[in-house]
Amino acid sequence: MAEYQNIFTTVQVRSPAYAGVPLGNSVWSRQGKGFFSYWMGKIGDTQVGPIYLGATGVASLIFGFIAIEIIGLNMWASVDWNPIQFIRQLPWLALEPPPPGYGLRLPPLNQGGWWLMAGFFLTVSILLWWVRMYRRARVLGLGTHTAWAFAAAIWLYLVLGFIRPVLMGSWGEAVPFGIFPHLDWTAAFSIRYGNLFYNPFHMLSIAFLYGATLLFAMHAGTVLSVSRFGGDREIEQITDRGTASERAALFWRWTMGFNATMESIHRWAWWFAVLCPLTGGIGILLTGTVVDNWYLWAMKHGVAPHYPSVFPPVPDPAALTGVVK
Amino acid sequence: MSACRLRFVAAALVAAALVAGCEKGPMDSIQRGYRGLGMVEIYNPNIEAAKWDANQPPPPLPAAAAGSPPASAVFKNLQVLNDLSVAELTRLMVAMTSWVAPQQGCAYCHAEGDLASDALYTKVVARRMLQMTRAINDGNKAHVANTGVTCYTCHRGQNVPADIWFLDPGPKTASGPAGNRAGQNAPAPAVGYASLPFDPFTPFLEQANEIRVVATTALPGGDHKSIKQAEWTYALMMHISQALNVNCTYCHNTRSFAEWDASTPQRAVAWHAIRTVREINADYLVPLKPVFPANRLGPTGDAPKANCATCHQGAFKPLYGAPMLKDYPELTRVGGVATAAGAAGVPASDVLAKVLFDTGRKNLGTDANAAIARVVDALKKNAALTVDVSGFADRTGNPEQNLQLAKERALAVRDALQGAGIGGNRINLKKPEFAIGGAEADARRVDVVAAK
Repeated sequence: MAEYQNIFTTVQVRSPAYAGVPLGNSVWSRQGKGFFSYWMGKIGDTQVGPIYLGATGVASLIFGFIAIEIIGLNMWASVDWNPIQFIRQLPWLALEPPPPGYGLRLPPLNQGGWWLMAGFFLTVSILLWWVRMYRRARVLGLGTHTAWAFAAAIWLYLVLGFIRPVLMGSWGEAVPFGIFPHLDWTAAFSIRYGNLFYNPFHMLSIAFLYGATLLFAMHAGTVLSVSRFGGDREIEQITDRGTASERAALFWRWTMGFNATMESIHRWAWWFAVLCPLTGGIGILLTGTVVDNWYLWAMKHGVAPHYPSVFPPVPDPAALTGVVK
Repeated sequence: MSACRLRFVAAALVAAALVAGCEKGPMDSIQRGYRGLGMVEIYNPNIEAAKWDANQPPPPLPAAAAGSPPASAVFKNLQVLNDLSVAELTRLMVAMTSWVAPQQGCAYCHAEGDLASDALYTKVVARRMLQMTRAINDGNKAHVANTGVTCYTCHRGQNVPADIWFLDPGPKTASGPAGNRAGQNAPAPAVGYASLPFDPFTPFLEQANEIRVVATTALPGGDHKSIKQAEWTYALMMHISQALNVNCTYCHNTRSFAEWDASTPQRAVAWHAIRTVREINADYLVPLKPVFPANRLGPTGDAPKANCATCHQGAFKPLYGAPMLKDYPELTRVGGVATAAGAAGVPASDVLAKVLFDTGRKNLGTDANAAIARVVDALKKNAALTVDVSGFADRTGNPEQNLQLAKERALAVRDALQGAGIGGNRINLKKPEFAIGGAEADARRVDVVAAK
């Protein structure tokens, strides 16, 4: 008998491609008729397509394409249009926000103007994609949980690139578009504001991040381990608890005295995932606007301990000599 | 069977590729701060052993014979070393040749047949470098202590030191209205191949731009330093870390990069180091630009300049702290004039400051720091002045503990003075004493007295 014992699905079901439920009175139709891919079938459903783009999907792709073009062409221009250097240096390249001196004014194109444009087009693209996600769920008669989870990520994105820079009065506070540059920016952000690890909302965000991965591993492990009893039919098990659910529940009750249910575990996971960017966004929003140095703030409020000093006292030479710089 | 072997070979290749960038261990880790704070230096003993050998100073030359006539009476056009004897001058010239131009010999700086001639640019540069070396050894003891520097510290047998820097215009970008790198975002060796600003030297080691970017208050005040400024400071710190082959934690407690009371004493040394390098570049190297031929100048035509790597060359102390200078005391005198200027006018046994402490405490308060600042001021104004530092204890409680505390208080004052740039040779520590009288504030003090 066929088994599911691998990260790959060893059994592939083939039938005529299924076009999906009728669309109703939509102006747009689905693109393509759908085809079958052996390799996609290894990791998921073997049928690929048809896809529904719709007005918001098409608009989102156009705006997203413009944003990627602005970012990519600026990166390419920064290596003097050399295609080999573009590939070699790609992880280092970036489109930087305006210098802080411009505040919230419109800077020249090559002084962050391109960054503002790219940010505008990318934001519109993301928001349109959110609308499309919401609408697809509604059309299929689903809840809108996925759309709201995506909205939590958009919240963090908007705080970093729009809301906080506006509150700080400078586009220069925002994140550059670039692979290593945005990571260096993150480190510099933490240094400038006195160590983000002392920001309680950063702490919460990390707890939810790692908590989400832990819950995911616990849940996936549980379901896979009871799939031999039909546990992979999770939705049926929610309403009609069978031996798979019973055994999974017993496993956790025996292991740690408490068990989630087939339904509640998904609420746990959804909230952990959503709270990660929600709390993280709050932490970023408070940085520089409400708290300027998280280490000093944490020391003031007893969040973190004082450690015994090992070295002789090191006075600030600038304070002793009266030199400012 | 063969498929199995093939798979094994493939797996071995993948594993080899994964660890190709790794160093062979095991690593040595040295804990320096309080436990649990990550105050650790990591060293690879395999690499350090080879570096140790490469960073040994050459053996010193035999000392100059005494009784030799003054060099100024024998040689012409002697502008800097005119305070030496002929024997001392000759010895120093031999040493400098082996340090800077072992292949070319005397002719690298001296024109054929005329030792007095300034025809070669190298002689003009060497003269200025001698002035610089003497100024560093005499005036920057807070950084170089008594270990000092010689020509060899940077040159190591080469005409031009291995690590120098020029203004870096950065990679070529397109000429149109796009592709601005904003001074960063290139794989730059100067900053450890991070995407940080690739020329942290011009703003911080040639010019004196503000390095401090961390807010000084918990809540927002008037501090408007930007994240972009933090990236520039970060770039400079990457350079220092690379040049000395140390972690951030060599100077900082990473809980708070800014707090001095959480930092190591090395941070104060580094603070003075940055000022020393600025002096070297602004007063000595940049002004030499018209002297250099074009092939010694940078891509934008600027003079070669120094940074931390120029001396340190990957060691936490250049040449691992080998005290070369003690064998070449000629490199400490400034301008041939003994540094006794201003010795007059210091009254004997003058109490310069009373530094007061709280009961049972040895940390310096605001008033204590102000008192120390006054002493520093006096010491800076009078180069000949040295001070005696003595701790006093009151007689209440355990006398042994009290004397120990008095000693620690005196050490704290000594460290604060050194931290402010006063050489250790100008501070004498005196044995702690009991104060006469009861447990008054005056008894919990450290006296700083002008030495007789």
